Amino acid sequence: MTNHIDSVKTYAIVWISLLALTGLTTAVAFVDLGPFSVVVALSIAVVKMMLVALFFMHLRHSGKLTQLAMAGTILWLGFMVSFTLADVFTRGWLGVPGR
Amino acid sequence: MWIFLITEIMFFGGMFLAYIVYRALYPGTFAVTSSSLNVYIGAANTAVLLCSSFTMVLAVRSAQLGRQTALAVNIVLTLLLGLVFLGVKAFEWSEKFAEHHVPGTHFHFEGIANQGPAQLFFSLYFAMTGLHALHMVVGAGLMTWLLIWSLRGKFSAEYMTPVDIAGLYWHFVDIIWIFLFPLFYLIDRHLK
Repeated sequence: MTNHIDSVKTYAIVWISLLALTGLTTAVAFVDLGPFSVVVALSIAVVKMMLVALFFMHLRHSGKLTQLAMAGTILWLGFMVSFTLADVFTRGWLGVPGR
Repeated sequence: MWIFLITEIMFFGGMFLAYIVYRALYPGTFAVTSSSLNVYIGAANTAVLLCSSFTMVLAVRSAQLGRQTALAVNIVLTLLLGLVFLGVKAFEWSEKFAEHHVPGTHFHFEGIANQGPAQLFFSLYFAMTGLHALHMVVGAGLMTWLLIWSLRGKFSAEYMTPVDIAGLYWHFVDIIWIFLFPLFYLIDRHLK
């Protein structure tokens, strides 16, 4: 599965970056960015996910099929979320106060 | 293993979807309730988990190179960091019990007229962090098993697939927390 061996230095840089991003996302959470607070928090989370997946899970050395399968999963997850939200917000029967 | 992780992504994905829908329906209540969580404990626990992923990847590297001692040491470190995470999580949950923030007959969240959506938030909180913690317990079991096998000298540069697979699982559980942390602790923090 993994033939390529990365150096400890590479892993250490990724690890420090992950910790730094955790600090950054926590600090930025106290700043009022309006609706962009969610965008920033989730963007940082996606970057952290990519770092873990590509380096720690060796996805960058994995075969094309594995990479395609993971990209496909994210795509279908996106379909699931977007279509459900489209459904929920175009119907009038949800969000009744008091329920 | 990647196929298993895909099923896991969809499993957690459903819960994330439930969270997204209800947060969109009750943004005010979710903002107040999520701000009651302790962001510093959450951030510290995130750091603990990221450190455990680092030691896990070092364990996999040690196995690739056939270094028995380094492998065992890194597995122990990963296991310990995982247990620290679970311990902190247990402390956070016990606080919720003390504050009556656990959904049920004794649920009460101060300063909110409508308790329903507040209960909904904490139901999702316990369901999602609970499922994540369950995965951590399984991960700790895997680490214990890897440790026993590595001490018996079962792994080598030629045979280290179990270490590799357990590593993928561990990192996946880490990624789930990478999303749980901002969604539950962070995104409404500025409104408080």
